[in-house]
This record gives sequence, C-alpha cells and structure tokens, in this order.
Amino acid sequence: MEGVFLRQATIHRKTGNPVRQRHEDKSRPLPHLVPVQAPGEHTRGGGRHGSGERVARLPTGRGETPGILDGAIDIADVAVVFQRKSTRLVAVEDVNVRIEPGEFVSLLGPSGCGKSTLLNAIGGMIVPTQGQISIDGQSVREPNARCGVVFQQHSLFPWMTALDNVAFGPEMLGYPAPEQTGREFLALVGLEKFAHSYPSQLSGGMQQRVGIARALATRPPVLLMDEPFGALDAQTRSIMQEELLKIWTAFKTTVVFVTHDVDEAIFLSDRVFVMRSTPGSIKEEIRVTLGRPRTPEIMLTDEFGDIRRRVKHLIREESLKVFNSGTK
Amino acid sequence: MTTLSSFGLTRTFAFPALTGWTSNLLGMATGFGILVLVWTVIAWRLGNAVLLPVPLAVLEGFSMLLRDGSLIADVLASLKRVFVGFLIAAFIAVPLAMLLAYFRPLRRAVLPVINLIRPIPPIAWIPIAILWFGIGDKPSYFITAIAAFFPIFLNSFFGGQSVEDQHLNAAKCLGAGKRALLLRILFPSALPMIWTGLKIGLGQSWMAVVTAELIAAQSGLGYMIQISRLNLETSHVLVGMVTIGVLGSIMTLMLSGVEGFILPWKQK
Repeated sequence: MEGVFLRQATIHRKTGNPVRQRHEDKSRPLPHLVPVQAPGEHTRGGGRHGSGERVARLPTGRGETPGILDGAIDIADVAVVFQRKSTRLVAVEDVNVRIEPGEFVSLLGPSGCGKSTLLNAIGGMIVPTQGQISIDGQSVREPNARCGVVFQQHSLFPWMTALDNVAFGPEMLGYPAPEQTGREFLALVGLEKFAHSYPSQLSGGMQQRVGIARALATRPPVLLMDEPFGALDAQTRSIMQEELLKIWTAFKTTVVFVTHDVDEAIFLSDRVFVMRSTPGSIKEEIRVTLGRPRTPEIMLTDEFGDIRRRVKHLIREESLKVFNSGTK
Repeated sequence: MTTLSSFGLTRTFAFPALTGWTSNLLGMATGFGILVLVWTVIAWRLGNAVLLPVPLAVLEGFSMLLRDGSLIADVLASLKRVFVGFLIAAFIAVPLAMLLAYFRPLRRAVLPVINLIRPIPPIAWIPIAILWFGIGDKPSYFITAIAAFFPIFLNSFFGGQSVEDQHLNAAKCLGAGKRALLLRILFPSALPMIWTGLKIGLGQSWMAVVTAELIAAQSGLGYMIQISRLNLETSHVLVGMVTIGVLGSIMTLMLSGVEGFILPWKQK
C-alpha cells in the first residue's frame, strides 16, 4: 500500500508505452490508485471501497520514484515545416525549452501562431522537421502513453460510455482492473453518476471532464491540453480551471496547456510562453510568481494585473503584426 | 400543438403520439386501399385473368399455395439463399473494408480491382455461376453474395476512412496498438456506415435471389414465379411478387428495429 504509482511501470524502449505487467494476485485491492480527495471536495472518490481500508492520500510526488518517469520535457531546436505541394509553411521554428517535472506551463498566442502544432509535436502526433523533443530523456517519435492528451472537444469515443472511455487507457496498457480505475477517475471529476452515459448525452463541460479523467487514468507523466476549455461558456470554464488546478495539485503531472486566453494562462501556470506568429516561436517566457493554491479572486490582485498587462502587451504586438501582414 | 400544451403535460404527450400513430395507420390503409381499387378497376376493364387477375383471385391463389405448403417451402428456400449469400458477403466485405481503410498500400492494390468488378450487375454473373456451380443453391449463394458485397464493402470502407484522426491519436496516447486501433476505434467508428451497408446489402441480396432463381434454381420464389408464368397462372405470379415485397419490407423493418442495440450511442 505504499505510494506505488503506475509511473513505475517499465517503459518500452521503442514505443514509450508502459510494458504490460501481470499482476499475480488480482483479488488484492489495487495498489496503484489511491482515491484522491482534492482539497475542498466532499463526497468524491473512494466511496465504494470502504474508506477505512484505503486512506485517501495524495501522491507525494517524484521523490519516491527516483530515476523513473518524471515528466521533464526537453525541446531542442525544434522546427516544424508543413510542405504541401508548392507551398512551404514554417509553423514552428527555433524552439528551445525545458519544462521541469511537475511544472504547469502555458503556450499562449493568437490563433495560428503554431502553439497547437508545438503541442502536437510534444505529443508525437506531428514529427518535427528539425530538432528533437524528448520526455525524460526519451525521444518522442509517435503518440504514446507517456503523454495524456486532452483535446479541445469531440475527442471522446462516441461509441463508448463515459466509463468505457476512461477505462480504455488502463485496459490498453494492461493495468489490473481497468473498470475499477475508470470508476475512480470518473469520481475524481465528479461524474461517477454518468458512468453509463454516452458522450452525446453529456454537456460540453462534462465531456471535457471525462476527457481529463481519461487522460489521467493512465497516470501519464505529462498531460497535454489543447484549448480544453475553449468551447465552454465563461462560468463553466472558470469552474473547470479551478477543478484542473486541484487535480494537478493532487497528481503533479507536468502540464502543457495551450490557450489564447491570457487570464486562463496566468491563472493556471507556473510559466507562460508567449508565442510569436509566422513562424511560430517563443517570443517571451513569463514566470508567474503568484502563490498557490490559487482561487479566481487572485485575478483581482495587483500582482496578477501587472502580469496580465505585460502579457497582453506582448500578445497585442503579435496580433497586430499578423493583422497588418494579413491586410497588405 | 401549442394550444394543446396549455392543457398540461400529459395531454401534450399523449395526444400527438396517438394521432401520429393512428394517422400513420390511416395513411397506410388509404395507400393500399387506392392500390387495390385501381388494380380491381383495371382488372375488370381488361377482363383477362391471364393479363391481370383481380386481387381476390390473387388472395385465393395465396391461400391455396399456403395450404399445399409450396409457398412456405419456396419462401424458406429463398430466405436461406439470401441469408447464406448475405452472410458470406458481410464476412468478407466488412473485414476487407476495415483493412483497406487502415492500410493505405493495400488500398492502392485492391481498390482498382473492386472498382472494375463493381459495375457488373449480379444478373450478368448468372451464366458464370451456373457454369461454376450448376443448378440449385450454390449459384444462388454466389449471386446473392455478389449483390450484397458491394454496398456492404463500399459503405464500410467509407465509414472506416472517415475515422477521425483525433480519435486515433487519442487512442494511441492511451496505449492502443494496431490491433486495438483497428478493432476498438476504426471498426466502431465505421459501424454506423457498416450498418447502412448491411441494410442496403440485404435488400440487394433479396432482389438478386429472385433473379437467380428465375434461371439457376428449381425452388424458391423466383422459380415459382417462372413456373407459374409458363403455366399462365398469373394469380400465382402475383402471389410470388406480393410475397417478395412483403418479406423485403419486413426485413428492412427488422433491421431498423435492432438498430438501437447495434448503435446504442446513436439513440436519442
């Protein structure tokens, strides 16, 4: 019952996926997943399995699993060029970034600045034309289970129930009792009651929560989020941001978050990378010095205001450049 | 509707549902009524039972063929040929379509061949079918399979091709391998189109079996129609035709009925 987490799973050299492991004793309660009680949450998690036996306990971080996946991302001299017949589009160029284990960073910029492209490259969904991206020292070549991905919308498998969606990853990776894991992660996002609903029966916000649960259920060291709240209304969005911070605090995965919402980026992140457009590259890195835990009230503080002003100025410069070049 | 809704929930729900149902039935009865009426009038004016017997004569023929058991035997013979041929087609077409949708190089080799064979109507295969398989069930299996294959294959293939990259990427990030991508992502995301293909395929198969039996069999509805024509028993020809129509509709209805179990996520 020590904090044994799935990030201890051996990693396949080529695919980067955790190697299937047989559990000798399936009757034993799962060691890998302790229901997480996020701060300020009441009834979520662990209700079904007798709270006395399994203490709600947060993973204590990387210290106890030395030398194994931590979620450090190294982006070295990366460029992505799209070549379509005669047109050559440099989407991303000259990006050099190291993202620390457990860090929450945002890629911020106007639409079309290549932030999603960069994120997709980290996830292995796009192969960089130049340079190298590695996660914990292992080069990324194709999508793999080291990165959980939450897309903007409609990425849940519509033919699976919410529970099946969440249990899919654990099942694919050969984790023991995937359904149980699925239930626990659904409970984490407060949707245990909707386990048997299909995505089409859920609201946009619920779908994104299922999406987050699904991405986390494989316990990836890195979580990539591509404008996950972009399609939600302002209220839902704000609640989801807070919820995400709670979950991140509990899991301490590295998060790379793509958004064009300045407040969202600052509120969530340790560092915000403001991107330059055409070709996309990092214009400036802004360290968000605000303390944690954060609540939406923090947006009203002067410190937040200062950062916001600085970021908005940078963004505006970029947007103007795009705007002017577009109208020529 | 709007005025009814002011009476309260129960009425708004009960009334339109009932009128919807009864009006459907009423519409159906009217349609068939007109058909039978026109048919009767024309048959009377012609006054020739060989060209067109009155509906009542067809009904008599129907009860006679039902009583001597030959109609049931013919129906069963035809149904068996349809189902065997249809199943053969489905078991080849669906996996093949999924593989082609997934592996591009395979597609380049196989698609041109399929496009070449596709325009050949099932009836053009009959001489070959007789040469290869003789007379009886086998050539009919072949013909019904040919007829069902293309709608099933093409719909499945397009369904498989239209799988969303986002779903494939999401699955890969969740650790899915090739096999799982094929069976757990590609196949279910193509399933609505596969289902459409199966529905069309079954219809085509049913039409083809009659064609096949006209020539290449000695039992079944098609054969019965053919023999009755030679005996100038037009009422029996019409019994066969009506039976084909009714059974075809029932098959379609049955498939629509189980759709909810096959595609549960498509239900509202």
